[in-house]
Amino acid sequence: MSFVKRNPAKRNGKIPMKKRIRTFIDNSPYLWMLLPAVITVFVFCYLPIYGVLIAFQDFMPGDRILADTTIWVGFRNFTRFFSDVQFLPLMKNTFLLCIYGFIIGFPLPIIVALSLNAVRNRRAGKVLQTIYTAPHFISLVVLVGMLRLFFGRYGLVNNAAAALGAERISFFLENPAFRPMYILSSNWQDFGWSAVIYIAALSNVDPQLHEAAMIDGASRLQRVFHVDIPAIMPMISVMLIMSIGGLMGVGYEKALLMQTDGNLGVSELIATYVYKKGLTGVPDQAYATAIGLFNSVINVVLLIIANTTSKRFSDNSLW
Amino acid sequence: MKQGINKINPGAVTRIKRGDKVFFFVNAVFLGLLAILILYPLYFIVIAAISDPDAVLAGKVVFCPVNITWDGFRKVFERKDIWTGYRNTIVYTAETVVLSLLVTIPAGWALSRKKLPFRKFLIVFFIIPMFFGGGLIPFYNVMSRLHLINTSGAIVLPAILSVWNLFMTKTFFESSIPEGLLEAARIDGAGKIRTFLFIVVPLSKAIMAVMALYYAVGQWNSYFNAMIFLQDEKMYPLQLVLKEILIASESTVGGSGETILQQYRLANQLKYVSVIVSSIPVLCLYPFVQKYFAQGVMIGSLKD
Repeated sequence: MSFVKRNPAKRNGKIPMKKRIRTFIDNSPYLWMLLPAVITVFVFCYLPIYGVLIAFQDFMPGDRILADTTIWVGFRNFTRFFSDVQFLPLMKNTFLLCIYGFIIGFPLPIIVALSLNAVRNRRAGKVLQTIYTAPHFISLVVLVGMLRLFFGRYGLVNNAAAALGAERISFFLENPAFRPMYILSSNWQDFGWSAVIYIAALSNVDPQLHEAAMIDGASRLQRVFHVDIPAIMPMISVMLIMSIGGLMGVGYEKALLMQTDGNLGVSELIATYVYKKGLTGVPDQAYATAIGLFNSVINVVLLIIANTTSKRFSDNSLW
Repeated sequence: MKQGINKINPGAVTRIKRGDKVFFFVNAVFLGLLAILILYPLYFIVIAAISDPDAVLAGKVVFCPVNITWDGFRKVFERKDIWTGYRNTIVYTAETVVLSLLVTIPAGWALSRKKLPFRKFLIVFFIIPMFFGGGLIPFYNVMSRLHLINTSGAIVLPAILSVWNLFMTKTFFESSIPEGLLEAARIDGAGKIRTFLFIVVPLSKAIMAVMALYYAVGQWNSYFNAMIFLQDEKMYPLQLVLKEILIASESTVGGSGETILQQYRLANQLKYVSVIVSSIPVLCLYPFVQKYFAQGVMIGSLKD
C-alpha cells in the first residue's frame, strides 16, 4: 500500500481495511475450530503428496526426501514400469475389473432406489431398505472369508453344483472366477448403501409432479421414467463423474484378501503390485511410488475429462 | 425413508390400473428376490455355525441347522487371540470415535460459516485429498518418520478425519441450523465459541450419531493399516486376527482331496462362528442409527 498519494479512494479504502481486520479477529475462532482438521489433513494427506517426490529419485528407505545427497533420476522409474513385463497385465487387470464393476455397480443402486421408491407399503419399503443396507457393515475380511467358505471346494456353491451333477471347482484357484466373484460380492455388499443417496433424492421429489402425471393418466412405470428419473438426474451425473474418476482407483484391500497363487494372473492389480513392490520382500519404494503416482494421475485425468464433458453437455459438474 | 406415493395419494390404492398391477407385482418380486439374495448367505452362516461340521461339508445344511452343536462357539471362546483382538478393536474404535468427533464437528461447523477467513482456500485444501493422494508408500514413510510404526497411533490417528465426512458435516450445518437462533445468541452477547458449544452442538445430535457410526464402522472393519504398521501380535485388532483364521489358512487349498477335507472339517466351523462373533456388534448397532442416514447422506452438494 502506498502512502504517498492521498487520493480519496485510498483513504476510503483505509477504513474498510481496519474493519476487515476487525472482522478477521471476530471470526478467527472459526480458524481455531478448523485447526485440528487442517493439521490432520496436512500430516496424513499433504505430507504423503510431498513424499511422492521419491518417485523421481533413486531412493533408499531412510533417505531424506530433499537432501544434498539426493539422486534425481527424472522419469526413469516410470519408463522402467512401462517396460516391466507386468505392465500390460496390470493395466489390463485393473482396467477390466473396474470397467466391469462399473457397468454392473453403477446402474444397480439406481434401479433399486427407483424400485424401492415405487413400493406402496411404506413399512415394507423401510424393512427392505434396512435389509439391503446391512451387508455394507460387514468387513472386507469377513466378506472375503464368507466368499472363501461359500466358493471353496466343499462350500455351499460346490455342494449345490454337485447335487445337480456338476463337477467341483476350486473357484479361488481359477482365473476366470476372480472377476465375477470380486464384482458380484462388491455389489452384494454395497448396492443398498449406494442406493441410499438416490432414495434420499427421490423422497425430495415434489409430490405435485406425481399428482399431475397421474391426472394425465400416466402409469406408475411411466412416472418412473418421466418424473422419478429426471428428478434424480443431477445426482446421477455427479455420481457418474465421481465413479469415472475412480475408474482405475480400485483398492488393494479386497484384492489382496482374494489373491491366491491360482488366480494371481488376473487378481494382480496396480494397487496390489505397489504394495508388494514397496512394502514386502526387498522394498523398492521409489519404483512402487512411481507406479502409484502413475495410477493416481490417470484417475485425476479421467475425473477432469468426465467433469469437463458433463459440464459441456449439461449443467451438472463437480466444479 | 419416505415412500412418496401413498403419502400424497392414499386413495390411489383403490384405483390401481391394470398395467400398474403388473408393475407393482414385478417390482415386489424383484425386491423380494434381492432381499433373499442378501439374507440367505447371512442366514446360512448362522445355521452352518451351529450345525455338525460334517453335515455342513456334506451339503446337508440348507434351510435349517442339522444336529445343533455349540462346539464352534466353545472353540472360539477358548481362543485368546480373538478376545485380545476384540479388546484392541474396541479400544481403537472408541479412541477413533472420540477424537474424530472432536476434530470433525468443529471443523464442519467452521467450514459451513460464510464468514470463515480464507474460506475458499480452505475448502479447496480439503477437496484436493478427495481426488488425489500420495499413495501407499509415501504414506507409510510419513508414518515411519513420525515414529508411529507399531503403535496404536498408527491405527487411530490417520482415521480421525475423513474429508468426505467433513463435507457431509458441513452440508448438515448449512441446512439445519436456523440462522435466527445464531442471531439471537449473538445479540445476547455469546461469542463464536460459546454459540458453537451451547447452541450448535446440542442441535447436532443427528450428525454426531451418523459420524460416530461412520468412523466406528470404518475403524472396526479395517485391517490394512494394522497389517502394515503393527508387528506386535498383542496389538492386533480383531480383523487382523480374523484374517489369519478366515483367509491365511485357506491358501493351502490344492492338496489331495482327503487332506483338504480334513482341514476343512477342523477349520470350517471355527470360521463360521468367528464371522458371527465379529460381525454381531456392528450389525446390531446399525438399525438404531439408520434413521439418521438420510440427513447425512446428501453429499452431492460438494459444489458451492
